[in-house]
Amino acid sequence: MREITYAEAIREALRQEMQRDERVFLIGEDIGVYGGAFGVTLGLLEEFGEERVIDTPISELTIAGALTGASMTGMRPVGEIMFMDFITLASEQLVNQAAKIRYMFGGKAKLPFVLRTPAGSGTGAAAQHSQSLENWFVHIPGIKVVMPSTPYDAKGLLISAIRDDNPVLFVEHKLLYKVKGNVPEEPYTIPLSTSEVKRVGGDLTIVATSIMVQRSLQAAEILSKEGIEVEIVDPRTLKPLDKTPIIESVKKTGRVLIVHEAYKTGGYGGEIAAIIAESEAFDFLDAPIVRLAGRDVPIPYNRTLEYHAVPQVENIVEQARNLVKGRI
Amino acid sequence: MSLSREKQIEILRKMYLIRAFEEKAEQLYAMGKIHGTMHLSIGEEASAVGSVAALEPEDYILSTHRGHGHSIAKGADVRKMMAEFLGKETGYCRGRGGSMHIADVESGNLGANGVVAGGIPISIGVGISIKRQRLQRVVLTFFGDGAVAEGAFHEAMNMASIWKLPVVFVCENNQYAMSLPVKKAFATGQIADKAAPYGVPGIRVDGNDVMAVYKAVKEAVDRARRGEGPTLIENVTYRWRGHSKSDANRYRTREEIEKWKKKCPIKRYRKYLIDAGVLTEEEAERIEKEAYAAIEEAVVFAENSPEPSVDELEEGVYAP
Repeated sequence: MREITYAEAIREALRQEMQRDERVFLIGEDIGVYGGAFGVTLGLLEEFGEERVIDTPISELTIAGALTGASMTGMRPVGEIMFMDFITLASEQLVNQAAKIRYMFGGKAKLPFVLRTPAGSGTGAAAQHSQSLENWFVHIPGIKVVMPSTPYDAKGLLISAIRDDNPVLFVEHKLLYKVKGNVPEEPYTIPLSTSEVKRVGGDLTIVATSIMVQRSLQAAEILSKEGIEVEIVDPRTLKPLDKTPIIESVKKTGRVLIVHEAYKTGGYGGEIAAIIAESEAFDFLDAPIVRLAGRDVPIPYNRTLEYHAVPQVENIVEQARNLVKGRI
Repeated sequence: MSLSREKQIEILRKMYLIRAFEEKAEQLYAMGKIHGTMHLSIGEEASAVGSVAALEPEDYILSTHRGHGHSIAKGADVRKMMAEFLGKETGYCRGRGGSMHIADVESGNLGANGVVAGGIPISIGVGISIKRQRLQRVVLTFFGDGAVAEGAFHEAMNMASIWKLPVVFVCENNQYAMSLPVKKAFATGQIADKAAPYGVPGIRVDGNDVMAVYKAVKEAVDRARRGEGPTLIENVTYRWRGHSKSDANRYRTREEIEKWKKKCPIKRYRKYLIDAGVLTEEEAERIEKEAYAAIEEAVVFAENSPEPSVDELEEGVYAP
C-alpha cells in the first residue's frame, strides 16, 4: 500500500468527499491560496473554486456560526480553525448554539458539520498557539470529539465525520502532519466511536490519544527489549467513547497508564481513569491507575522547557516500567 | 406597495395574537403555572409582524430571547407554542426548549435564542447555504439593541457584506439592553449608522408603525433576493414590560412607560385600517376577540397535553 502523510490523508478525505457530495464545502481562514497555516487544504481552491473553498476574514465566532447555519439548512460544511487556541473565540457558537440546537429544539434539527483544528505543542509557538483543549468540548453534550493518531485513521475518521449528522470537532496534531503511514487511495470509513487496540501486549495497558499514541508505540518497542509487553488502546473518538476495548484490555493486563498531551488537571485522563474505576476492570487492577499528561503550565517558548511540559517517549517508558515493576 | 385587504387583516390579526399570547403568558406565570422566566415583547408587535410580512413562506428567520412575536408572525401554531411554554411533549420542542427556544425548522423558523446576538452568526451560514443551493430565499435575523455591542454583530455584518449574502438584519431597538439605555451603550448616533462602515445600507424606522416596518423590510428583502446583499433595519420601539420577570423597572420612569403605551402599535394600525375603510369597528372588534379566543383554546390544548417522559430525558442529544 502507498504511504502518505497525515496532512495528505486529511486533504485526500476532504477532496474525495467534496467530489462525492456537492453539499460539502470548506470555510476558514487562509485555507484557499495559502492552503491553511499547515498546508492541509493546498490545491483544493484550484480544484473546487471559491464557492466551495471559502476564505474568511479573521472571525472565528462567525466561522462556527456559518457551520451551524449552513448545516441546519441542508449543507455539510467543514470548517477550519487555524490553531486550536483560537477555538476559544468560537466557543459561544459551538457550545451554546451548535451543541444545543438539536436537543433544545426537541430533536427536530440536525447539524452535520465538521470543525477541523490543529492542536498541540512542539513547534516553539509558545502559550497561545500550542494548547490541547479537546476536553473542553468532551464536556459538552451534543458535540462529538475525534482525535486521529495515524494517517490511516485520519482519512477514515474524517470521511465518517463528514458523513455524520452531528457537529464533530476533529482535532489534528501539528507534529503528526508530516508523519507517514499506509493509506488506501480509495475512500473508506472508520466508524466514529470505535476505540482500537494499536498494539497487543499482556503486561500493561496504555490508553493514549493523538500524538501520544505514536510516542507510546515508540516506548513499547524500548520496553519490549526489556521483556515488558505493552498493549496500546487508542480511543480515536473521545466522545461518544467506545469504552469496551479499554475495559477489556485493563481486565487482561491489570495495569493501566493513561497518556495525553492536554493538562492533567481536568484532562481526558481523569475521565478514562474514572470509567475504568467504575467498571468491572476495577477488580482486575494490580496497581493504581496512573495518568501521564501535560504539566499544568502555559506551554513555554524555550525549547527545553517546552519539551518537558508534555509527555515524551522516555517519560512513558519510565512510568510504564515503574508500573510493571510494582514501584507505583 | 399596497397590500391586499386579506394581508392587512392578517397583519392586524397576528399583532392581536401576539398581544393575547403574551398577556396570557404573564397571567399563567402569575398563577405559578410557568416554570422559569419569559421575555415579553408587548408594545413591539409591529416590528415582528411588519418584518415577517415582507417575507415569503419559504424564507428563514432567526429570532431572539424576546421571540414569541417572531414565531407567531412566521405562522407558528399558538397551541404548540403554548404547549412548549408549559413544557409539554406536544410543544414545538417537546418541552425541551421553553419560551426562549421556540423553533420550527421545517417552516423556516430557525429558532429563538437565549444568547444575545447568538442568532446573528448563524444567519451567515444560512445565507451561504441559500447561495450554494441557488435558492431564491432570504434569511431575516432579529436582534435587539443590546446585540449591536457584541462582536458577533460586527463579524456577521462584515461577512454578509463582502459576500453579498441574502441576509436582512433587523435590530429591534426597544431602548434598553436589560437596564442599559442605548445612549449609554453607544457613543455615536443611531444603530442604523453602524451599517455604513460595512458598506451596508442602514435604515431607521418608526418600529411602532407596522406599515413603515413592512415597507423598509420589503425593500431590504427584495434587495437581498436580487443578490445585492444585506441591509440593516433599525426598528425603533419600546418594551412595555420589564426585561424578564426579575425586572423592577429601576432604570426608567413610570411616565416614560406610560408615554410609550400611548403609542400602541396595534391601536394605531387598527385605527389606520378603520380610517382607510378597510375594516369596520365591528370587524376589528371581532378580529381582536378571535385572537384572544384562539389563545384560550391554546391554553386548553397545552394543559391537556402530556408531560415529556423522563425515560426519554437523554434522547435527541445526537442525531442517529
